[in-house]
Amino acid sequence: MGLSKLNSLYREVILDHADHPHHKHTLAESTNTITLKNPTCGDVINLEIKLTPDDKIADIGFTGDGCTISQSSASMMTDAVMGKSKEEALKMAKTFSDMAIGKEHAQADLDELQDAAILSNIMQFPARIKCATLSWWALQRALLEETDETSEEES
Amino acid sequence: MAQKLSDSRTDFPILDQEVNDERLVYLDNAATAQKPNQVVDALVHFYQHDNANVHRGVHTLAERATEAYENARHKVQHFIHAQKPTEIVFTKGATDGLNLVASTYGEANVQAGDEIVISIMEHHSNLIPWQQLAIKKHATLKYIELTADGELDMVDAVAKITDKTKIVAVAHASNVMGTVTPVKQLAKLAHEHGAIFVGDGAQSVPHMPVDVTDLDVDFYAFSGHKMMGPTGIGVLYGKEDLLQAMPPYQYGGEMIGFVHRDDSTWAELPWKFEAGTQNIAGAIGLGAAVDYLTNIGMDQVQAHEQKLVDYLLPKMESMPGVTVYGPQDPAKHTGVIAFNLDNLHPHDVATALDMEGVAVRAGHHCAQPLMDYLGLVATARASLYLYNTQADADKLLTALQETKEFFNHGTVKAE
Ligand SMILES: Cc1ncc(COP(=O)(O)O)c(C=O)c1O
Repeated sequence: MGLSKLNSLYREVILDHADHPHHKHTLAESTNTITLKNPTCGDVINLEIKLTPDDKIADIGFTGDGCTISQSSASMMTDAVMGKSKEEALKMAKTFSDMAIGKEHAQADLDELQDAAILSNIMQFPARIKCATLSWWALQRALLEETDETSEEES
Repeated sequence: MAQKLSDSRTDFPILDQEVNDERLVYLDNAATAQKPNQVVDALVHFYQHDNANVHRGVHTLAERATEAYENARHKVQHFIHAQKPTEIVFTKGATDGLNLVASTYGEANVQAGDEIVISIMEHHSNLIPWQQLAIKKHATLKYIELTADGELDMVDAVAKITDKTKIVAVAHASNVMGTVTPVKQLAKLAHEHGAIFVGDGAQSVPHMPVDVTDLDVDFYAFSGHKMMGPTGIGVLYGKEDLLQAMPPYQYGGEMIGFVHRDDSTWAELPWKFEAGTQNIAGAIGLGAAVDYLTNIGMDQVQAHEQKLVDYLLPKMESMPGVTVYGPQDPAKHTGVIAFNLDNLHPHDVATALDMEGVAVRAGHHCAQPLMDYLGLVATARASLYLYNTQADADKLLTALQETKEFFNHGTVKAE
């Protein structure tokens, strides 16, 4: 089998996002920010969100370091939630987390995730699920204004 | 009967399998080593024939269990050339042993204004116990830095170790840089300043001959699981007079002399430091691992790994887009090889190698201050042991090449 199985994880879309991440920059103004770390691998994401007074995502940007999966996931996440309401974005975060652990979801929910839905294969690579979910966790926590820094303890 | 190293592979049935449809090449030995049949058999034999608690019963099984447990202590004693079995304390592992020293000897001997000297390449388990002790005691924690090629900087060591230093604690072999530190010299330096020397032997004892008496270390901790013994068993060597003077680490059964309503006395060494029912089977399994290594000979183990490093390291270094950390000279490099591929996160590299059947570690290797020092977030790490072969090294090299191609071209041909 060798590396051919990798094609299912590192799809072209994913590699594109990793090479040219969207919205990878800081925001001049933001309402919700968070820094999350995955201490196991050292991945860090700083997420900044600007919410309108009626709780719509007017702008979103991220910076940080990480592997191909975490970087492309963050890029795809920002594409997917731009312009959405806080509630819609939280629902998408939930859909993504569920998808990553292999829970069934309505096709309509998955479509909402746009490119990010392509990471549904991640469940075949259990060691990498956290890489994919880090940015969605950050989104959820930033929107809920939780400020905890670490996503999980080193094992 | 001396055993030939080249025959050893059949003792490790776990190596004879495919993962992701590829032959398994296990190169994560610095994390934990595989166990030969001899070790597994010793555990099974103990549980099927001799299982009983030690030092407690007068019945036959209790006597057999006690004898086997204490026999394992003797094996370890001879293996690391300690002078007495009383200097061998069984622990849960290297981490446990280092914490023991920090919270007994350290607690009793370090005061405000004193210094503790460690190195910047320490594993968290030989760093945090000292850091926290320093905070608690208002002592100063100092770090010995590295030379340009990743060896311990002995000029800096001479500068950092002073008359205020109470404890010097350094790993004998690094779990990241692939270097061996001059422990004998460090211990001498510490002693000249009235300090004690604590060695972290987690990455040295499994891979090279170690003689704690010749090195003149005061304490020396290591883990059974990295030398093919079971998990959950380890060893703390300590000089008898120091152990004698130290307060106990934990209180409970087995470690007492007499217990009265208002005070207690402690058991003789080493039992003073072995409170509660110990990992008896683990110690016996470790004894079997010591036998296994002794039969082969630690010189042979070291020579075998060196030969593989001589073969593998230059090939990795000359591969475009590969950075190998630590000394570039194979003669100065152990079988622990940390590396990165250009523009690739080590996690992606490790996943790709896993698809090729090659098991490596990716991360900060429990050495975050070292990663900061090197300006890195993480690295991949291949680490060798006595059962690895040149074919394993070749498989790693091919898999690295394919991984580079995959990420350069974004895809691979279906096979
Ligand atoms: C240099 C070094 N010291 C200490 C340890 C800790 O060993 P353990 O986790 O078995 O206690 C390790 C293990 O990774 C190590 O590599």
